Amino acid sequence: MSTILALQNLKKYYATQKAVDDISFSINQGSIFGLLGPNGAGKTTLLRMITGIFYPDSGHIQFDGKTFDPSNDIVKIGYMPEERGLYKKMKIGEQALYLAQLKGLSRSDAMAKIKFWFHRLEMESWWNKKVEDLSKGMSQKLQFVITVLHEPKLIILDEPFSGLDPLNASLIKDEIYGLAQRGSTIIFSTHRMEQVEEICDHIVLMNLGQKVLDGTVADIKQQFKENKFGIRLSEVPANLNSPFFDIADQKANVLTVRIKDGYRSNDVLQYFLQQNLNIESFNEILPSLNEIFINLVEGTKATTRAFQPVND
Amino acid sequence: MNKTLLIIQREYLSRVKNKRFLLTTLLMPILIVVLIAGITFLSIKGKDEHKIAVIDNNGFFKENLKNANEVLFEFPEGVDTSNYLKKGYTDIILIPKFDGTEKTNYLIRSKKRISIITESIIAEKINAAIEDKMLQNAGIDKLQLDSIHNQSQFAELKAVEENESGGNTKESNAALSYGIGFGSGMLIYITMFIYGAMVMRGVTEEKTNRIAEVMVSSVKPFQLMSGKIIGIGAVGLTQFLMWIILIIGLSAVAQAFIPHDVMEQVKNLQQANGQLPGGSAMKAGDAAQQIYKVQHTISTANWPLIIGLFIFYFLGGYLFYAALFAAVGSVVSDDPQDAQSLMLPITMPIVFSFIIMTNAVQDPSTPMAVWASIIPFSSPMVMMARIAYGIPGTVPYWQLAASMLSLVGGLVFTTWLSGKIYRTGILMYGKKVNWKEMGKWLMRKN
Repeated sequence: MSTILALQNLKKYYATQKAVDDISFSINQGSIFGLLGPNGAGKTTLLRMITGIFYPDSGHIQFDGKTFDPSNDIVKIGYMPEERGLYKKMKIGEQALYLAQLKGLSRSDAMAKIKFWFHRLEMESWWNKKVEDLSKGMSQKLQFVITVLHEPKLIILDEPFSGLDPLNASLIKDEIYGLAQRGSTIIFSTHRMEQVEEICDHIVLMNLGQKVLDGTVADIKQQFKENKFGIRLSEVPANLNSPFFDIADQKANVLTVRIKDGYRSNDVLQYFLQQNLNIESFNEILPSLNEIFINLVEGTKATTRAFQPVND
Repeated sequence: MNKTLLIIQREYLSRVKNKRFLLTTLLMPILIVVLIAGITFLSIKGKDEHKIAVIDNNGFFKENLKNANEVLFEFPEGVDTSNYLKKGYTDIILIPKFDGTEKTNYLIRSKKRISIITESIIAEKINAAIEDKMLQNAGIDKLQLDSIHNQSQFAELKAVEENESGGNTKESNAALSYGIGFGSGMLIYITMFIYGAMVMRGVTEEKTNRIAEVMVSSVKPFQLMSGKIIGIGAVGLTQFLMWIILIIGLSAVAQAFIPHDVMEQVKNLQQANGQLPGGSAMKAGDAAQQIYKVQHTISTANWPLIIGLFIFYFLGGYLFYAALFAAVGSVVSDDPQDAQSLMLPITMPIVFSFIIMTNAVQDPSTPMAVWASIIPFSSPMVMMARIAYGIPGTVPYWQLAASMLSLVGGLVFTTWLSGKIYRTGILMYGKKVNWKEMGKWLMRKN
């Protein structure tokens, strides 16, 4: 797989803090990439540099094989900011047409694409409505269409599901998968870890302007696993004591055990078998991204860092 | 560039297509006409009229005392200070026996207090009557005196100004220059506020709507700002164009109501340059004379130059201030009170310029007027006030050139300055911005 975006030692400092402090990573074409981090981690500043809104203080951005040139490459990028925005008084059709033309599409091209997407997402009847007449979820859908209309190579979505009902959320999710299959790369910025686990191939976790984690979801979970296993027994004996593991938790007849260093899961199973206990299930417990996230970020002053909203 | 054009187009069309635009464009001139007519009507209607009973112990006032517009003198029998109100008089004047050698006092009694203007009119009329009586005593008979009085009404001051090339002089009219200067200065003042505020509101709306962030991921902030400013400026020009068409159309309609023969006479007067030979002067009626006079006065102004320069100064002044309004619009958020305090440094020079303009239009060659017409903060209004008095007579070419150049330079500077503030401000939320903060943004590179 080829690399669509590569960041090298990207820095953006403000007077009061380092919003983005020496970040490097790369994203493969066609992947769904998750950019995670607490509020004020520097995600938006980073995204604004990738979209050409801000220039980095130092570092290098490689886009589609060449050095990133905002004035030309901007049309190959679609950006949906966390704070949605549309002209309230403008008719929806005209608005989509206007914004698509600003992305470099010709009028007729833009028209054809709008018709395609409006049909696909069942929005055809909206054409002459104004944005102020739309519900929050509806305008969210419109914003999504406007972001992906010009078939950008790189699509950046900041919290794309907030405000959507489950039905529309899964509709948009399917579209995201579809776009990735057709070769678009998606950067997905969110706080919602369960969505990241479900959707993303590759994640980077940022905190205090720095990269804390970088890898696939599976790799990261392996990296942070604590050798925990869940065992369900038909009957739990009163006192269990084993040199192989500690009991971390017990709920009814389900035990959570942490295997001590130097032992394997087979040792645990063997122990229970020797005790002649009936094992109903045995599974590895991997940490959720949420737990990893909280572990890494907790106690790092992340919440106390005084952030100006612009640097967010 | 293409994108800027798209933005201009949207900003322009979204406003011009609006019904409100058409309505204000049509109603504004009507409103102004109604306002002027109303003021004129009230000032005519509102004058208090005086019907004054004169008790004269000399006997010569009856022939010599002339009525003025609102002052009517009568010499009734059997009216005195006790009953003049009942008899329908507003005032009564008692003039004692007067021998012409010593000053004397006369007395006026009234129920309502007499205004200072009426008082001076009455004094002037009575003194004129005494003067006439004295002239008659000196041997000039009444007929001679009347004809002298009548002839003296015909003298009129005609001002001409020197032409640079020498030779020909040009007729000039101070009242017209005043009217044009004040009118165009006023127009620039009003439109600067209207369109400046429109730019500011548009920018603030884009920011609070959060469309700004979507936009700047497609276009440069500077394109967004300049597209908005140019688009709204074009709306302003369209409005002026419609007003000019409206004025020409309305005056054409008004001319259609003037009887045909009167128009013929006006045409004759025009051909004869105002003076019909010999007896035919009698043929031109009062109405034709009036129309000719108005047309002639209007034609003494150099309209193509004035309109050309008006458009230049309107656009220059608008661009100069619109950029600043855009910068303020980009830093305010939801609190309109913020906008007020940030706007003050912009509105102050506009208001000061207006005050200087009202002085310059009366006296266009004071050092204050000259400097204010060159400095770009005030030049659009003040220079328009001076231009009406003539180029290169009142305004030498070098002053005009300096004024135009400094305005262009000034607007390039304010646009550059505002572009820097705008770029940061438009994406900045939730923080109250002060002037110090904005100063920091100016220093920041990219």
